[in-house]
Amino acid sequence: MKFTRRDFLKTALSGTIASVLPLGGLRILKPGEVRAEIEKTNVRWGFLVDTYKCVGCGFCVKACKLENEVPYDAPVTRTWIERYVILKDGRVFADTPMGGRDGFVSLKVRETEIKPADIAKAFFVPKLCNQCEKPPCVQVCPVGATYQRADGVVLVDRSWCIGCGYCIMACPYGVRFFHPVYRTAEKCTFCIHRLVKGMKTACVQACPFGARQVGNLKDLNDPITKVILNERVAVLKDEYGTKPQVYYLGLDKNVR
Amino acid sequence: MEGYVHGLEWTTKELFTYPNEFIYWSIQIVMYPLMTGLVAGAFVLSSLYHVFGQKDLKDMAKFSLVFSFALLIAAPMPLLLHLQHPLRGTEVFFTPHFTSAISAFGIVFFTYSMIVASEIWFVYRKFFVEQALELKDKEGILNKIKGCIYRILTLGAYDISEEALKKDEKAIKILAGVGIPVACFLHGYAGFIFGSVKANALWMTPLMPVIFIMSAIVSGIALCMLTYILIMEWKKFRIKTSKKPWELTVEDVKGAELELIRKTSKYLVGFMIAAITLELLDLVFRGYTAVKSWDILRSVIYGKDFVNIFILQYGLGNLLPFVLLLLPKASIRRMVIALVLVLFGVFMMRWNVVIGGQAFSLTFSGYMHYHIPIIPHNIETFKEGLMGALVVGVMPFVLFWAFNKIVPSLKYK
Ligand code: SF4
Ligand code: SF4
Repeated sequence: MKFTRRDFLKTALSGTIASVLPLGGLRILKPGEVRAEIEKTNVRWGFLVDTYKCVGCGFCVKACKLENEVPYDAPVTRTWIERYVILKDGRVFADTPMGGRDGFVSLKVRETEIKPADIAKAFFVPKLCNQCEKPPCVQVCPVGATYQRADGVVLVDRSWCIGCGYCIMACPYGVRFFHPVYRTAEKCTFCIHRLVKGMKTACVQACPFGARQVGNLKDLNDPITKVILNERVAVLKDEYGTKPQVYYLGLDKNVR
Repeated sequence: MEGYVHGLEWTTKELFTYPNEFIYWSIQIVMYPLMTGLVAGAFVLSSLYHVFGQKDLKDMAKFSLVFSFALLIAAPMPLLLHLQHPLRGTEVFFTPHFTSAISAFGIVFFTYSMIVASEIWFVYRKFFVEQALELKDKEGILNKIKGCIYRILTLGAYDISEEALKKDEKAIKILAGVGIPVACFLHGYAGFIFGSVKANALWMTPLMPVIFIMSAIVSGIALCMLTYILIMEWKKFRIKTSKKPWELTVEDVKGAELELIRKTSKYLVGFMIAAITLELLDLVFRGYTAVKSWDILRSVIYGKDFVNIFILQYGLGNLLPFVLLLLPKASIRRMVIALVLVLFGVFMMRWNVVIGGQAFSLTFSGYMHYHIPIIPHNIETFKEGLMGALVVGVMPFVLFWAFNKIVPSLKYK
């Protein structure tokens, strides 16, 4: 019989687990749970948005809608781009027509025509689910249809959601909506179906400028973890105590 | 566009809002706390007789108990109509997720309905037995069915001796006593559903459950006073029109009626003061502390919703009935006007909380308006429009009529 290194590790691992379990003492974990526990210690998906790089083309929104089958012409979307225009007199204009799906091609913000000479600064901010460490949306679901995976991603079980909308009310970021076809709560999933296959999310892949990046926050060698650790990054609305896990480079105080 | 975007039809947006924001909680969520509030109020009134022995409320007690049950059965209806998947609604009972305030609904609701149902059973047990025995040998299919229903309702307990009935009395008293805090809890937790949403700047306050309980008692007392007056008017009408001599005259009834209404209105005024004080405290506190959200809240409270809040809710719904109730020389007609206004005020309060809480965007730089669908053109605009609200409003009366066929609560001897 050959005893490979893999076999050795396997045996050692199950041996360790087996010896720890009786001490932990309360219940025997199923194999799936053990795997989940191990994964838990290895992966925490996070996101990095570099607002300096975003040009507001909306490719990510398009890609997301197609990838995740959110009706293309519905005004709801899992991810969106906001445009902020701050004038020299201090006034702030912001908009997100169709979630920025078709890009920003007009100098009009809603009804107001903006003169380029008046602009002090202008920029774009991509938004998506923050996969909060303490997600209030999960807390309030009365039937447990929305839940958090061990790797941090918050998902909705379409076969279980009763469509009460409590989670939509509870999310401070306005991320959730009812899926127009399934009529269940819908949100950005970090394209978890792609991540688990080793691919990038649809929006990351579609962004021609590298403004969006996804990675494993538990891996210190991951490019986005390095940036988050070494650069000055910010998160959205941290006053709600949700511990959001989408980090922004170049976030402005005017961003809502 | 493929599919149906929930909220799109009745929401208009102004200035900068997130793309996914709509009025997701509409008229049915206004109806829900209104209904549970009435349930609590009606039950408290029936308990006044059973627990505190207010003899003059004897007829009222039976009525408000059965009516409270009808209201209770109708109370989950707005929740159900509001769900996108109503058929999965039972999951709240079967797979509750206990960190959610809504999941408590199943437990509180069942506990409370068990209490009310068993209290009704004890109150009517003697009647069930009598009916079952009387209908036993009668001919006719209808009598057979009725007899069968009553036989089932007796649950096999045919003992109606003095002693047994004494025991019933005791059970009723205990149930009515336990029911009061549970009724308040049923409603207080409805306030918690809103008060605990930290994402909503208007809703998030620990005062919310207390404010809800106070206004629930106000609405409950008002509705019961109103129905009491209606029943008394009916009684007077019966005395006037019937040929047979009654032991009471119209004047007797009138005197007793006015006396009781005057007494009860004191409680009503008291609870109104408590409710308004709490609401104003909340408002003053928000204005004084003026945290980040205050700018947008102020523009909603003093601007967009000014008419709804200060004219309709506080003016018409609180101040005017307050004056009407306190002016000397009360008359029944004035009381009726005041009570209708009080009920309207409580409805507006629910509206201003539920719809007002969604009138501003999470961006704090935009607004949303709810246009209640009047004439439905699909199932959504029916459910979450005026028609759906009317159905919910009428439902308790239909249920009450049906219950009354089996447990007559309006018979006078
Ligand atoms: S951003 Fe919103 S939907 Fe996403 S996890 Fe946080 S609270 Fe939930
Ligand atoms: S809408 Fe669905 S996922 Fe959201 S809280 Fe209700 S049942 Fe849960």
